[in-house]
Amino acid sequence: MTDMATNNDIVPPAKSSLLALDARTQRRNREESTFKALGLGAVGIGMLFLLILLTTIVSNGVGAFTQTFINVPVYLDPAKLDKKGERNLDDIKKVSTFGYSPLVLNGLLELVQENGIDTPFEKSKQMKSLVSASAAAKVRDYVIANPDQIGETVTFNLLAASRVDGYLKDRVKREDVARDKNISAEHLDLVDELVKAGIVKKGFNWSFITGADASESRAEQAGIGVAMMGSFFMMLVVLLLSLPIGVAASIYLEEFAPQNKFTDLIEVNISNLAAVPSIVFGILGLAVFIQFMHLPQSAPLVGGLVLTLMTLPTIIISTRAALKAVPSSIRQAALGVGASKMQSVFHHVLPLAMPGILTGTIIGLAQALGETAPLLLIGMVGYIASNPPDGIVSGFMDPNSAMPAQIYEWAKRADPAYYERAWGGIIILLLFLLTMNVIAVILRRRFERRW
Amino acid sequence: MPSNWLVLIVLALATIGFVIGRARAIQSAGGETRDLHSLPSYYGTHVAMMAAVPAIGLLLIWLIAQPLIINSSVASSIPDSAIAETDLGLVMSDVRRVADGLDVAVSQGAMTTQDAQNLNADETDVRAELAKVGVALGSDVSVPILEAAQDYRQKSKVGSMAMAAAVLTLVAGGMFFAVGRTNKSFRARNVVESGIKTLLLAAASLAILTTLGIVLSLVFNTVEFFKLYPLSEFFFGLTWAPSFGGGSELGFLPLLWGTLYISIIALAVAVPIGLFAAIYLSEYASPKMRSVAKPLIEILAGIPTIVYGLFALLTVGPLLVSIFGADGVGIMKAGTAVMTAGLVMGVMLIPFVSSLSDDIINAVPQSLRDGSYGLGATRSETIKQVVLPAALPGIVGAILLAASRAIGETMIVVLGAGAAARLSLNPFEAMTTVTAKIVSQLTGDADFASPEALVAFALAMALFIITLGLNVVALYIVRKYREQYE
Repeated sequence: MTDMATNNDIVPPAKSSLLALDARTQRRNREESTFKALGLGAVGIGMLFLLILLTTIVSNGVGAFTQTFINVPVYLDPAKLDKKGERNLDDIKKVSTFGYSPLVLNGLLELVQENGIDTPFEKSKQMKSLVSASAAAKVRDYVIANPDQIGETVTFNLLAASRVDGYLKDRVKREDVARDKNISAEHLDLVDELVKAGIVKKGFNWSFITGADASESRAEQAGIGVAMMGSFFMMLVVLLLSLPIGVAASIYLEEFAPQNKFTDLIEVNISNLAAVPSIVFGILGLAVFIQFMHLPQSAPLVGGLVLTLMTLPTIIISTRAALKAVPSSIRQAALGVGASKMQSVFHHVLPLAMPGILTGTIIGLAQALGETAPLLLIGMVGYIASNPPDGIVSGFMDPNSAMPAQIYEWAKRADPAYYERAWGGIIILLLFLLTMNVIAVILRRRFERRW
Repeated sequence: MPSNWLVLIVLALATIGFVIGRARAIQSAGGETRDLHSLPSYYGTHVAMMAAVPAIGLLLIWLIAQPLIINSSVASSIPDSAIAETDLGLVMSDVRRVADGLDVAVSQGAMTTQDAQNLNADETDVRAELAKVGVALGSDVSVPILEAAQDYRQKSKVGSMAMAAAVLTLVAGGMFFAVGRTNKSFRARNVVESGIKTLLLAAASLAILTTLGIVLSLVFNTVEFFKLYPLSEFFFGLTWAPSFGGGSELGFLPLLWGTLYISIIALAVAVPIGLFAAIYLSEYASPKMRSVAKPLIEILAGIPTIVYGLFALLTVGPLLVSIFGADGVGIMKAGTAVMTAGLVMGVMLIPFVSSLSDDIINAVPQSLRDGSYGLGATRSETIKQVVLPAALPGIVGAILLAASRAIGETMIVVLGAGAAARLSLNPFEAMTTVTAKIVSQLTGDADFASPEALVAFALAMALFIITLGLNVVALYIVRKYREQYE
């Protein structure tokens, strides 16, 4: 009966063709392609961000690798530098950089006049805004190293002041100069002329890569070299501690650990430590190594210890994966010919897992190299790391900075000239990370065996 | 550095022990190594191990315990009058500094040991004396402090001598014992191997020790903080205004709000992008595209956070100001703001969300998809109605892990979020977070005993508990989810 009733109500289906899509199918296909486009868009956005980030870093940072220099002939006036005329080194050393500064500025003024450059400046003191404050120290160091040159005119390649450098790099704009007490528009005119005369030149800035940090007002002099040494000693500590401890812990957990509560406790701890925020490790370092054990503040040794604790979970996790990848037939074969369990692990499993372990360790080290937050708490920022360590012990124990901490320090300073340094520092840091990761990939490709 | 020398001596003795043990074993077998239970080197290792391991263990314990014991015994001998103005910790650090200074003076030959011990603060200006050898002291040295410092030096000296004696006795004892039991039927390999196994266990237990270290250092200092500052005001206070002169208001809520607000913005950026990227890469992309795109996106995860911090401070901040600042919409005052930090943190979290979700989506069995296709569903319908619901618990776990990352992130917020603690809804205002305040409270010149510095430990405790809780829940969900399909 129901059949009869419904049969009458049925409208004959609209004529449809397999070739023409009906509205519903069209809608579904549209949804399908929108969804796919969304996915593709997300991937694209991710890559776009990467691209933006990298281009920002490179475009802002390459400037730090070139620096403006001024070629100044300086007359090393014996009347000023060695009044007694005995060329006695102790007497020469008594003249401070304040004694040298006028010589440099005089030299520059004479150079300007010789070249016939039209400038309103007549006093040598007015040249001060062109030359870096470090120039006098450079000349002084030269004179102390070569006292016999006193009385001669020596041409120095001196750092230009950071404003001049900024002007040539388009960081310092003419319209902003009016408010700047360090430099005036006339100075910039003079700089333009000096560039034409070939006296002011941009050159590759080695001292950025090898040099030490400088005080707030001498951005042109600051370099990342000393912080690099700090990072190097820290990484040495991390490598020497985390590799053996990490491998030992992984061997225990993977090969020997019985199934019990204690093993579970260790496993839970490792997986939780891997997710603890890095700043908490800084707190640990501060409380345990500095407050409790009285290790020296700001020392790369302490930084290395903190980073070791932080990277250990990463290294343990990757080492365990590498050990797990060695097939059990290897272990059984070793046991079968009479090796003990320990011998089978140390003579056979461990060497076979070594490429994987090293790959994991390098990646852990790369992570530690870029880590900043814990270093802030143990005092590796906030002062000027001015001297490179003069030995292995002092490398570990003397206060130093580290590359990421140095970048942070520069980012906080008020002078925008330091921002360029910070970006430049990031380029160097990323180059290190890139190299480490490439080595890890090569190790994996070349030596890792597939069973 | 007597302890360095001591270590070297112990290691040298252990090497000698190795040679003796090996020779003795071979001799006991009459030169026939086949009669030995173990390979000859195991006998040597056995002796070296028995000599060195207990001795170095004792050395480590002694090095940690001695300063503690001496500290407390010296501290108890300082008269109360010397402590009246400040607290004991500061006085003791003065004492240690003077003692170290005297050590330096003696080692540079400016004083004889005798002089250093007989100095009298009333007669000589100790501060000037020490300044000559390059030790700068903060204030003049008072009589009780100098006496305590001399007492400290005396006790440290006795302690170090006792340590050297004890360690060397232990080396000799261990060696003697080990050589004594070496003969051809002694199971040296088994003993050595169980020794190595103990070392491996010790290495594995370091993880527990680290957690314990974190928990103890947080708990002790947090308790110390709550002695100085009321608990209810910390947890329910609505203002954060530390002043190192005293009378600070240290309310936790504004910091928590800043942290959560920034994390929410970060997740709002990272979750959709990361999730869609993961869906595309696991369901649509060709293997070739996947092998290129996935590593490229993961580069974002390998970039250090300081780089993101600088990017927020110098690029994103000024960019947002030019759009929303006084020249544009006019609701943003400075480059450092919740939005700046949130957006950049979101970019940082994209690869984190995408690779975790990718793993989880890949773990959904193919049979579920095939069933859905068989019923005539399109790919997107399959993903939306079958794959995602099946993967949901895992994805929630991934998001929780990302949230815990966002909450614990430091450098981006230190550089990008600003320093003022505020309870506000405007995302273009500067706010600050728990992590940023930990850094700022501990990097100043504050004295460690003040509530303004100790509050950092309470904040870190809160941070530790929140992130740990999120992680435990997330890992539980993810594990539960994996089991479901295995």
